[in-house]
Amino acid sequence: MAMDPFTWSHWYAIGRLEDVPEGGTRKTRLLGIDIVAHRSSGEVTVERVEDHAPLAVQERYGHVWTTFSDEPKPLYDMPEFDEDGRRLVTAGCVTVRCSGLRAVENFLDMAHFPFVHTGILGEEDHAEVEQYCVEMRADVNEVWATKCRFYQPKAAATAEGGQMTHYKYRVPHPFSTILYKTCPIREGAWDLVGLFIQPRDEDLCDVHSFVLVFDEENTDTGLLHFQQTIFLQDRMILENQVPALLPLDPRRELPTRADASSIAYRRWLKENGQSFGVLAEEAVG
Amino acid sequence: MKLYDYVLSGNCYKIRLLAAFLKLDYQTEPVDFYPGKQHKNEEFLTINPLGQLPVLRDGDLVIRDAQAILLYLANKYDSERSWWPANNALRVGEVAMWLSFADQITSTASAARLHDMLGYELDVDAARSGANTLFRVLEDHLTDREFDGDDWIAGDCPTIADIACFPYTALCGDGGISLQPFPAIQRWVRRFTALPGFVAMPGINCIK
Repeated sequence: MAMDPFTWSHWYAIGRLEDVPEGGTRKTRLLGIDIVAHRSSGEVTVERVEDHAPLAVQERYGHVWTTFSDEPKPLYDMPEFDEDGRRLVTAGCVTVRCSGLRAVENFLDMAHFPFVHTGILGEEDHAEVEQYCVEMRADVNEVWATKCRFYQPKAAATAEGGQMTHYKYRVPHPFSTILYKTCPIREGAWDLVGLFIQPRDEDLCDVHSFVLVFDEENTDTGLLHFQQTIFLQDRMILENQVPALLPLDPRRELPTRADASSIAYRRWLKENGQSFGVLAEEAVG
Repeated sequence: MKLYDYVLSGNCYKIRLLAAFLKLDYQTEPVDFYPGKQHKNEEFLTINPLGQLPVLRDGDLVIRDAQAILLYLANKYDSERSWWPANNALRVGEVAMWLSFADQITSTASAARLHDMLGYELDVDAARSGANTLFRVLEDHLTDREFDGDDWIAGDCPTIADIACFPYTALCGDGGISLQPFPAIQRWVRRFTALPGFVAMPGINCIK
């Protein structure tokens, strides 16, 4: 297994808070290792199945998080979770047969909207990806794509008709990504949509996703159905990508200008020594 | 008319398909099947004591079971009697036989999909192997139909038998089952997605 210190050093979501109810047990797998979570007297404990070694736990952002590291990097901050008036909907975990890194990269890609999410996040008559900015924020070791604009027929569950949607993308963790998008009903506010990916193995992942929005109109179930529709459209595409692992060698694939965020993400992974979920380097050309 | 609906359910999709083909006006009531298991809560059990989707409410009538709802809608709203060929005893028998077959596709191919996608604990090898056995039967049948110059499961036009068999067959890749060994099924899937009024759902490949 291609384990590396960067992958090992992070916290990972392993289920929603509701997935580990009082007295309940959740068996799962993280980074190729079987683990089990249990809640008693309100406290969640997680241990490795093989030797019962206890792991660190925190409950945050609607999910249970754990890590194998003795000195984990702090879980990234999302202050929006403390803002009044926002609604959190957690969509549950969906298993996808691909590297979790592939799922992050697909999430960053606007060019697929008109073809995969036709009539919702894009339409074929408006397929152009305008130029956007990409930056590596060295102080927090994160990748950001900003000033993204895309025409969307139905940008969110609340959207009435098409609109030019403004996006920011953030990658604060090799297996997490958050999208900030113009809130259709509140001027100047951003709605959040994010993926917390739990790599079960190098080529298999559980994707936990959430929306954190201002929305006075839709039921939680309405928001859930919108989110699941989008993600399950992506799942079919992800399972058909070859190879299932993410290639980091820049000579492997031919990027276009629209792929600037993907290029930055791959470069960032490489600089941080990511090898878990990455296609092993080979001589090309 | 109101459909208690879950977007990722192939059984609910059967109803959305027939409603689209018949251009019916209806509302949906979204149910949190996953992860919330709302279809098993007390309130929903008063609507369907079996705790299953879909359920259709039409006026005072509450009707459950995808195949039963297809029969009801086709009989009530299809004035041309093409989706349920009620005037032809032979066709009725054939369509009914394949409606029942569709339920077996649900208990195998749909089960494999729930396992692979949403983490349901079940015997996925048995589910996949059961689905492959059924797909072999459907493949042979559709091949015979093509030899006879017909495109559909029963008769010379699509019926609710095609609608009932379509979703979990077309979605079988979600459960790790390939349609590669079944070329006649693949051709039938492509014909189905090209029907006027066809609507998609996530996981259905509509590339023409």
